[in-house]
Amino acid sequence: MIAEIGLAALWLAAALAVLQLAGGLAALRAGENSDLAALTRPAAVLQGGLVAISFAMLLWLFAITDLSVKLVAMNSHTAKPLIFKLSGAWGNHEGSMLLWVTVMALAGALIAGIERRLPEKTMQATLAAQGFVALGFYAFLLLSSNPFERLPEPVIEGLGLNPLLQDIGLALHPPTLYFGYVGLSVAFSFAVGALLTRNVTPDFARAMRPWILGAWVFLTLGITAGSYWAYYELGWGGYWFWDPVENASLMPWLAATALLHSASVLASRDALRVWTIMLGVVAFSMSMLGTFLVRSGILTSVHAFAVDPERGSFILILLGLYIGGALLLFALRAGTISEGERFSIASREGALVVNNVMLSAILAVVLLGTLYPLLTEAFDVRVSVGPPYFNPVSAVFVFPMLAVMAVGPLLRWRRDSWSRISREMALTGALLLVALVIFGVVSQVALLPLLGLSFAIALGVASFLPLRGRNLRRVPIAVWGMVMAHFGVAVALLGMASESAFSTERLAALAEGERTSVGPWAVELQAVEPIAGPNWTAMAARMAVSYDDGEPIEIAPQSRNFWAPAQQTTESVLVTRWNGQLYAVVGSSSNDGRWQVRLWWKPLVTLIWYGGLLVALGGILALIGRVRTDLKRRAAVRKGAARRLEMEKVS
Amino acid sequence: MRALFALLAIMIAMPVAAQQSVPPAPYAYRQLDDPVQEAEAQELMETLRCLKCQSQSIADSDAPMAGDMRHQVRIRIASGDSPEQVRGWLVERYGDYVSYEPVLSARTWPLFAVPAILVLVAGLLFWRRFRRRA
Repeated sequence: MIAEIGLAALWLAAALAVLQLAGGLAALRAGENSDLAALTRPAAVLQGGLVAISFAMLLWLFAITDLSVKLVAMNSHTAKPLIFKLSGAWGNHEGSMLLWVTVMALAGALIAGIERRLPEKTMQATLAAQGFVALGFYAFLLLSSNPFERLPEPVIEGLGLNPLLQDIGLALHPPTLYFGYVGLSVAFSFAVGALLTRNVTPDFARAMRPWILGAWVFLTLGITAGSYWAYYELGWGGYWFWDPVENASLMPWLAATALLHSASVLASRDALRVWTIMLGVVAFSMSMLGTFLVRSGILTSVHAFAVDPERGSFILILLGLYIGGALLLFALRAGTISEGERFSIASREGALVVNNVMLSAILAVVLLGTLYPLLTEAFDVRVSVGPPYFNPVSAVFVFPMLAVMAVGPLLRWRRDSWSRISREMALTGALLLVALVIFGVVSQVALLPLLGLSFAIALGVASFLPLRGRNLRRVPIAVWGMVMAHFGVAVALLGMASESAFSTERLAALAEGERTSVGPWAVELQAVEPIAGPNWTAMAARMAVSYDDGEPIEIAPQSRNFWAPAQQTTESVLVTRWNGQLYAVVGSSSNDGRWQVRLWWKPLVTLIWYGGLLVALGGILALIGRVRTDLKRRAAVRKGAARRLEMEKVS
Repeated sequence: MRALFALLAIMIAMPVAAQQSVPPAPYAYRQLDDPVQEAEAQELMETLRCLKCQSQSIADSDAPMAGDMRHQVRIRIASGDSPEQVRGWLVERYGDYVSYEPVLSARTWPLFAVPAILVLVAGLLFWRRFRRRA
């Protein structure tokens, strides 16, 4: 019964998405006050409620492990802890698609409920775009990936969930990214609404901005968390592999970063109209590409994709329809939007344009590197594109961007002169040079980490320069957000460069009681003991580790065996100090009773993720600042209107 | 009771352990004694694809095949081969796919042409936009 309620709610939600689309189209043809158009907002709200019910039903099915439902039987197991039963609901293809559309419909309901800044017609067109995007997901779910499908015969036990995925971080990781993707789809809907009604104004950018900021914060957190997960879970100390799945989350982030800056220019200066719309379209396309390519299996291999050609073709058609449609609409309408205010290169806008171009170029490189192997594989030529390609090629654009990023926030809007900020530029340049000399000549660091370290230091200092000479208590929250986010980029960069330049590795086969060392750490393997968990058994290696002859700390990394399904994983142990992390892994034993131990000392590595968190925090501050300003403005407008009404009455 | 459970646990784990019956090659999990050679080997391993994994280098993988390849890389470096000779040997055996380091060839030229075009386009964009007012 529960599954049937869920399915019925999903069908009804799809019907309402059609109504929402029809309402918006009616608004475009017959005006915003026609009967059908007036239904757009209520339809969006109701659609959100229904799809939320549908998703709640799926969660319920997983919570009680209803093994007559195919999805539950395939992805869950009665012996799993409740939290992982629930996360199993979206740890699979069908469930994750349902989660996507749920978040999207709830976002649609929210803008239908509260967004009143824009002309009604633009809003209805926006909601129509939202309905159109959602409709594709509904069609996909209902026609080819029904999450509520029953089995003819209930099974006795479920197949379980990949043990690698039984981790709280990973349970929360996909939803975080989905919130980001959905936020970008809302931004896209606004862009379509504005394009269709020829209403690309600062107000439009202001309405869109909280969604971009929110999406960007979620994507930042998602990427940061995903990277840390890969770092501690995979057991080899790598934190970014340029894996297509990782790139699928990085590309929307790059586009969102560019869009964010471009929308800021539009909101405060009424410039860069076409850029903003285009980046909105690109950001949405990238999030669609991210969602669908990851889910279709095409990224692992073109051949894996061909195993399920029906679903695969559906995905390709949807992708083509959305991305192609969005680009077509942009091509048809972009000519009708004027460019907006002009500005010179020595201005805040000028710096932002330079950085947007750089971000777009990085995005293009990542996109090319991700899709090119798929393209050649289709012609049976196998090419590998990995870190040795992505790192140097993206660096060509990253470092100029970082240089502009250090200077840009110091410039004034519209027109400024370089000489006004010459002192700050000299300071940043001097820091850069000194760092280059110290790390390059004295420590002999390789080129990319050398540039990383030096730019990180210069940018770290430069990111605070916009606050110079200002009364810190009167600096707007959004400016603090910018400073924080830019500083976060420097911090993360320092972590990456330091990890790459100064890490040390030790692989050793140790018998119980033997010692080894890695960097400043002394390590003793004391004993190896078997232990058991709820659905795994493990060998735990008890080790005493001490930093620089200090007090020893006891750690116990494990080599784990899960039995549903059977799989071996390593549980690494990280010892965090302020200046870095010791990373310890135990592998299997060799015939002579020795245990393989892998140890790394990674100086300042944690800064990578602290930097990511700072960037996200900056985004949150900016979001708070923007929303507060908007609320104040709204209150002021209301007060003004009330006063005018009063004046009219008096006269 | 606890010991019994542990024993039971080990017995259940046996089949998993049995999946990899052949012990890993000696240098799969052992570093070379010469730190300079080990650094060379490590740098090379980071640019070689683990053919059994998804987007991991052989320096990041527990797969038995990655272990065997690490062993091969280390003994070849130890016997005096240059990293590029070792790479060439592996490419000969497994094809271009095994190397992450892109080489300019008839199949890969777009990977290099597109970034170059991007630089030109970006330059052109800036020049057109800012030439009069700069």
